[in-house]
Amino acid sequence: MKTALGILKRHLIVFRRTLWSNTVFNALEPFLYLSAMGYGLGAYVQDIGGMSYIQFLAPGMVASAAMWAATFECTYSSFVRLHFQKTFHAMLAGPATVTDVVAGEVLFGIVKNVVFGIVILLVIAAMGQVQSVWSLLIPVFLIFPGAVFSLMALSYTGIIGHIDYLNYYITLVTTPMYLFAGVFFPIVSMPAWMQTLVWLNPLYHSVEVCRALVVGNVSMILWQHIASLALFAIVLGKVPGYFLKKRLIS
Amino acid sequence: MSCVIKAENLGKSYGKFRALKGISFTINKGECFGFLGHNGAGKSTTMRMIYGLSTVDEGYLEVMGERIDPITPPRIKQIFGIVPQEDNLDPDLSVIENLEVYGGYFGISSKDARTYGKELLEFMGLADKVNVNVEMLSGGAKRRLVIARALINKPQVIILDEPTTGLDPQARRLVWQKLRRLKEDGVTMLLTTHYMEEAAQICDRIVIMNDGLILAVGSPEELVRQYVLPFVIEVRVSMEMLPSGINEKIEAIGGKAEYIVDSLFIFTKDGKRLWDKLNEIGLDHHVCYLRPANLEDVFLKLTGRRDEE
Ligand SMILES: Nc1ncnc2c1ncn2[C@@H]1O[C@H](COP(=O)(O)OP(=O)(O)OP(=O)(O)O)[C@@H](O)[C@H]1O
Ligand SMILES: [Mg+2]
Repeated sequence: MKTALGILKRHLIVFRRTLWSNTVFNALEPFLYLSAMGYGLGAYVQDIGGMSYIQFLAPGMVASAAMWAATFECTYSSFVRLHFQKTFHAMLAGPATVTDVVAGEVLFGIVKNVVFGIVILLVIAAMGQVQSVWSLLIPVFLIFPGAVFSLMALSYTGIIGHIDYLNYYITLVTTPMYLFAGVFFPIVSMPAWMQTLVWLNPLYHSVEVCRALVVGNVSMILWQHIASLALFAIVLGKVPGYFLKKRLIS
Repeated sequence: MSCVIKAENLGKSYGKFRALKGISFTINKGECFGFLGHNGAGKSTTMRMIYGLSTVDEGYLEVMGERIDPITPPRIKQIFGIVPQEDNLDPDLSVIENLEVYGGYFGISSKDARTYGKELLEFMGLADKVNVNVEMLSGGAKRRLVIARALINKPQVIILDEPTTGLDPQARRLVWQKLRRLKEDGVTMLLTTHYMEEAAQICDRIVIMNDGLILAVGSPEELVRQYVLPFVIEVRVSMEMLPSGINEKIEAIGGKAEYIVDSLFIFTKDGKRLWDKLNEIGLDHHVCYLRPANLEDVFLKLTGRRDEE
């Protein structure tokens, strides 16, 4: 645990250095989406469950920007550390175990998920799209989806041998999760079988909880979403270690 | 406990390829133990098994009285200092941050790691590079930083896989000096190297490895005494230019001919006497070179004919 925290500290030192450029860049994209789609497309869209389109979209941007941040960290950045910089090998020559290495990566993925969630939350707050003080719980909640996205991405990173294969993950896993999570349209507009399938999409749960907290529509059903995310995290918990061990220990 | 590391019939296979074919050795506390061997002999493979980047799956390995099965646990790695063959410094960090972060893996506070880290940098001749990004360092400076990093946790056992490869002669001596001082402090050291002088200077005992096996073990002096005669005359002409029947002629004047990597070495007990007789057997003095035999001769003699087999 001590070593995993040491690894997290390493990531935070690097992160702190690029925090501003990183943040501005990452805040820009959701802002563009919100302006273009929220205001532009929103003009043609009638209210969704009593919300204006931009109101509907804004919390989804919080959840999805967080997902992208955690995903990129645990795909491209982790891959570079694993294969090119040999950072993990150096850690393992120290007192770290593969489990410590995974824990360090996932903890940092969670940090990114939370930090970029907060950044976008501030952006939408500035745009007047935060209605409830329940939103203050969002940073804490984002720990759950952060763990799930990081574990998923790191598992895939451990499986593949060439950096080009990461594109497949982005195109075939992350992008579909993004498009079919109730970020851009409510899932009730999808066919019934897809509505069932969407429960397997961690981003869906994240979006639902963020939206409920942003608009203050809090109910017991949120626990189901949180429990689903916790379940995913538990199921995936050992997977990255299994594959990284094969890569790191000969 | 006087025995720090003990290997018995230690083997390692990568798929069908047997990189280590069963080696046995013991390393005592406070000793500097060297591994010599050609490229691919299995030195790094042995090191990696000891420091926990490879699993032990053939034979027996014991570290600090504990059996390694299948991999070295963190509590043992906690007292190790590792200099891997390939520099794996953290390019996202500055020189001092590399030490700070690495110390952090051992649970050392940033403040302590920085204080001690600066001392180590001073010693390694990197004092003016404290805040430089590691990408900006020269190859030799990187190597020295890797060595400094291995010392940040004040290890009891240091494993150095070709620590001085790429260092200039001054820097190499600097490292030797540091290693000698550590040895005086009772630190146990494992070292691989391709520099015979380095092995002769700092190792108490050496093994010579060849194709995954240990061929010889002993102190540098013992090995020289055991495997070669005290003097050697190198004959620097190509094989075709040698007089015919040279081997018998050498024998007749009290020498022993050895062919190492296509050149003739004449080993002898009495260098001066043989030197005076070289003309008699048709060898010109100015293509010959007389010197005391050394570890390199032992190494070449034991492993030199590898390619011809
Ligand atoms: N992970 C691996 N997979 C397959 N083969 C390997 C692996 N690691 C090492 N080998 C092989 O095992 C043999 C021993 O390698 P090792 O790195 O131990 O040699 P070495 O003595 O350290 O050589 P050098 O002086 O070049 O560093 C080599 O033939 C090498 O190709
Ligand atoms: Mg090696």
